[in-house]
Amino acid sequence: MNAETREMTPSSVDLAASYEESGVKDILRELDETLIGLAPVKQRIKETAALLLVDKARREMGLATETPTLHMSFTGNPGTGKTTVALKIADLLHRLGYVRKGHLVTVTRDDLVGQYIGHTAPKTKEVLKKAMGGVLFIDEAYYLYRPENERDYGQEAIEILLQVMENNRDDLVVVLAGYADRMDRFFESNPGFRSRIAHHIEFPDYSDDELESIAEIMLAEQNYVFDEGGKRAMEEYIGQRRAQPHFANARSIRNALDRARLRQANRLFETSDGPLDATALSTITEADIRASRVFRGGLDVDRAQRETCA
Amino acid sequence: MRLRQGQFSFLPDLTDDDIRTQAQYAIDNGWAVSVEYTDDPHPRNSYWEMWGHPMFDNPDAAAVVYEVNECRKEHGSKYIRVLAFDASAGWESIRMSFIVNRPAEEPGFRVVRQEAEGRKIRYTIESYAVREPEGARYA
Repeated sequence: MNAETREMTPSSVDLAASYEESGVKDILRELDETLIGLAPVKQRIKETAALLLVDKARREMGLATETPTLHMSFTGNPGTGKTTVALKIADLLHRLGYVRKGHLVTVTRDDLVGQYIGHTAPKTKEVLKKAMGGVLFIDEAYYLYRPENERDYGQEAIEILLQVMENNRDDLVVVLAGYADRMDRFFESNPGFRSRIAHHIEFPDYSDDELESIAEIMLAEQNYVFDEGGKRAMEEYIGQRRAQPHFANARSIRNALDRARLRQANRLFETSDGPLDATALSTITEADIRASRVFRGGLDVDRAQRETCA
Repeated sequence: MRLRQGQFSFLPDLTDDDIRTQAQYAIDNGWAVSVEYTDDPHPRNSYWEMWGHPMFDNPDAAAVVYEVNECRKEHGSKYIRVLAFDASAGWESIRMSFIVNRPAEEPGFRVVRQEAEGRKIRYTIESYAVREPEGARYA
């Protein structure tokens, strides 16, 4: 360090001040308020934010030189908020100055892997370039690796990914997401990935209570409310839906609510014979939920399957 | 003889950081940035070889620097330039163009004199480099 830079280096830092300044506080608060449950995830994000803040302070004092590895893996069942959290992380990293733009590019295997020889590399590079300065979110990342087909082009995409993850660490952050067990197998067969990813974050399933609050928030966002019966029906719905196949946590709830709105609209259309007020237009009642197939044992195909098995 | 073409050509060579800053300026203005290379430095040679597609939807200039470096690996002994194309109505043209890589040796240009009818002389220039066939120039 020469004399000039030493003069410019602050001798002390105020972590609290930089916490306020960077806007990290707002993001963490937003995270707490808008995301129900997910306590371990929030904890990890807070820890990561603290690490980055300290790292930033160290850098200002000339102590740290290397950019920390920020690549992450999100494991958890469908509908547990992985994409939503990835969006927040992108914003967080942007505010802390670790990515320049803070946009999120969401891709799956189709966007990375080509269909013929020589198609994969340009395709993967195109996606990586698009994600530079932001966060690349690879959903269901384990599909990249298909051990059953040795000529699969996924391997090529993985190699390019690994190379860029290592060499362009300043330019982009890669987040891999997928179901826990399949991601484990994916990492086992690609040890290069595991060692390049510092943060493994697990997304727990939502409890019934959490799903209920999620349902209410989702409705409130669209200016709907449950009435008493609707709320009770929803509680029951969540309990039953969980036991049925293809349960996708918050996503199942969103779909259920979309269908309930459809039924509500139909009901209003068929039964109303006069002017409707705002309350009627925005209330989801018991009947709208109860009409769901979930109360009759799920989709007809699934029910048929189970009966033949039994 | 150092080739003077496009922007910044009277300045020292741009570093990767300089390239990034300039490219980011172009991107922020909504221009599509692309990378091109050639081994024919004639000033009227406007059609250089394209290195990949123009980058229409990359929000960050790191991608441009990445492509410039990829191009250097393959065509490090040639001229490489970065272009920014403005597609907005009324412009529809190149807004920026600067050289980011040049051969180690630049032999320069010679004057060619052609005797025409009467005692007329037509002048033109030709790069010493293009006397070698394409691909064999600049070693």
